Amino acid sequence: MPSGSRKRATRSNPATLLQKSKPTRRRWRSRLRTKARSEKILVPEGTADVAVNTPIAVILGEGEDKTAIKSSKPATAPTKAQKPQAKTQDAPVSKPAKAPEAPAPQAASDPDIPEGTEMVTMTMREALRDAMAEEMRRDKDVFVMGEEVAEYQGAYKVTQGLLQEFGAKRVIDTPITEHGFAGLGIGAALAGLKPIVEFMTFNFAMQAMDQLINSAAKTLYMSGGQMGCQIVFRGPNGAAARVAAQHSQDYSAWYSHIPGLKVIAPSTAADAKGLLKAAIRDLNPVIFLENEILYGHSSPVPKLDDFVLPIGKAKIARAGNDVTIIAWSVGMTYALKAAEELASDGIDAEVIDLRTLKPMDTDTILASVQKTGRAVTVEEGWQQSGVGAEIAARIAEHAFDNLDAPVARVSGKEVPMPYAANLEKLALPSVAEVVEAAKAVCYR
Amino acid sequence: MAVAQKNPSADVKSVAEFSKEQELSSYRTMLVIRRFEEKAGQMYGMGLIGGFCHLYIGQEAVVVGMQMVLKEGDQVITGYRDHGHMIATGMDPKGVMAELTGRAHGYSKGKGGSMHMFSVEKGFYGGHGIVGAQVPLGTGLAFANHYRGNKNLSVTYFGDGAANQGQVYESFNMAELWKLPVIYVIENNRYAMGTSITRSSAEVNLSRRGLSFNIPGDQVDGMDVRAVKAAGEKAAEWCRSGKGPYILEMLTYRYRGHSMSDPAKYRTREEVDEVRTHHDPIDMARHRILEKKFASEDALKKIDGEVRDLINQAAEFATHDPEPDVSELYTDVYR
Repeated sequence: MPSGSRKRATRSNPATLLQKSKPTRRRWRSRLRTKARSEKILVPEGTADVAVNTPIAVILGEGEDKTAIKSSKPATAPTKAQKPQAKTQDAPVSKPAKAPEAPAPQAASDPDIPEGTEMVTMTMREALRDAMAEEMRRDKDVFVMGEEVAEYQGAYKVTQGLLQEFGAKRVIDTPITEHGFAGLGIGAALAGLKPIVEFMTFNFAMQAMDQLINSAAKTLYMSGGQMGCQIVFRGPNGAAARVAAQHSQDYSAWYSHIPGLKVIAPSTAADAKGLLKAAIRDLNPVIFLENEILYGHSSPVPKLDDFVLPIGKAKIARAGNDVTIIAWSVGMTYALKAAEELASDGIDAEVIDLRTLKPMDTDTILASVQKTGRAVTVEEGWQQSGVGAEIAARIAEHAFDNLDAPVARVSGKEVPMPYAANLEKLALPSVAEVVEAAKAVCYR
Repeated sequence: MAVAQKNPSADVKSVAEFSKEQELSSYRTMLVIRRFEEKAGQMYGMGLIGGFCHLYIGQEAVVVGMQMVLKEGDQVITGYRDHGHMIATGMDPKGVMAELTGRAHGYSKGKGGSMHMFSVEKGFYGGHGIVGAQVPLGTGLAFANHYRGNKNLSVTYFGDGAANQGQVYESFNMAELWKLPVIYVIENNRYAMGTSITRSSAEVNLSRRGLSFNIPGDQVDGMDVRAVKAAGEKAAEWCRSGKGPYILEMLTYRYRGHSMSDPAKYRTREEVDEVRTHHDPIDMARHRILEKKFASEDALKKIDGEVRDLINQAAEFATHDPEPDVSELYTDVYR
């Protein structure tokens, strides 16, 4: 980008001015000098390796006294944790402990597809079915249960043919009893089976939310690692078409909030297959968010005996240099179309398909943003506390210096999904909104 | 306030004939649970145990009698009033007490606490803090037995309070529909926290709660370990022969408050004393033992002493075991 086009929309609180690149700092200082009465430099100019978030200067605001500066110290020393009160003389006195570093999620790269591998075009629906069938052939402890998964062949035909191949013992129609069968599946998993529990849609899984979170996600931790559950909850998530508020919610953010769960949301048939196989084999509870609109979309899937993809690894769906668009699941359809439109306007967008929401592949996002300096997130879910908000926060925490514009979020509007066709369209994100957001962060 | 039931008057009157060994061993286990809980109460008062702590005192015969009918591979699961179940399944009181004090060698490395302990080895599947949540889980344990075609069953305990949760009936339906080997043991101690059963339940005979699912149920004198065993035998045979689930309503009583912070003002002192004096499961076992001359006063005193030592050792261990290492903060979230 030509440097003249760099405009900052960021507004910073002068008292917490962060360590920035030199030109930025100079620019901000000169700006601040005009506003503030006085300042105290805490870190001398030219100091190397100043940690991000270290205050480098204190600037007095209007009406503030100069004595306020004297008490300011560079916050290099760790603040002392409060000493916990020991309740009795017998209890060993707890040392004020600092929380250890959270382990960084690690994910392998996608397996290499051998040259000459046949690519079979199939729908996501077929890919999901094949993934389940392959894993059920491989492991007798794997079974599938849910409403209409057997005789009816799946409300969305995702389990088509499974009853015929595996029989009623392993393909189980449940009553309409989400709370009950979710808990029953978790119990079976605690006993060592590997259930695939289908929710007709994740909208109905709210009835089962307590079991998913309190029983599935937390038991491994609460048992000190003794007892976990290997279970997959899958089904369509988010809006379908014209089904209104109670059948159109996107739960991406809800589940990805929970430690102990893994959350996957693929956008292509190949990813759906490779990741569902990985989810079934994963020792932890996995929430597998599908999308009704995508079920019928066809895309190539490598014809391999055992095609398994790594959980926790994002994919560069389209390489580019000017702006990073981050999406997953059906959001990818908006993102990729927007990227094409942007290309015709001379903006070279990079599109990241997150694929896994938890653990999130922050490295791939940051590497891209470090290159482009601009980011747009796309999701059907609501904006407040959404996945886009989390991505924006991570970029702000770890790639602030690389940003040339604030992160933009394209999301579902904060309303219950309306039924009327025109309003529904407005409530959902659109290609035009993604294009607009991408142009905005490029100052175009 | 509604009038509480006077005495547990069960419709299953039959009691199992206990041998000397059975009387003595069940007496001893009930006593271990009693003394453990008394000690836990003391340690709570000393600030060594934090959070919630729900004592099982008064209900010991239920879990001890049921445990006598279980076989290798059977599973046990319950709610938050779970210390007695852990001891009955054979878990080490040291590990249970150290979990209560939140120490490194507690059953959950100090990360679970009173309501969340497990032992794969002993077939104890928790220890669940959300009222009623263990019922679908226990039904799932039974599902696993059914799927594998073994002859094991799951004993799924819950209280009179949990009996009003919707997921209990979702579980009943699937369990009977698929003929799952699960004994639902409803420990009716008459109070869901501070709400007596007559104030919370349209049908107070909880053994009838499975009627519309065709699940048979019996009311049992849960203060008599022999009655519990007899009812348990009948239910277990039903389950193991492939007939599906069975409900046992154990009429029992807790002497202490719902949790440590409960002054139990919703019932009279007399009501508690009446049960304590005339229906205490441990006193009754003691009298039988003496009456049948299975053991002398001195021999029983010796058992009492051994039990006290065991519990004191557990308390000692749980007091001096270190807290979990800070590195444990992030372990066991995933595996």
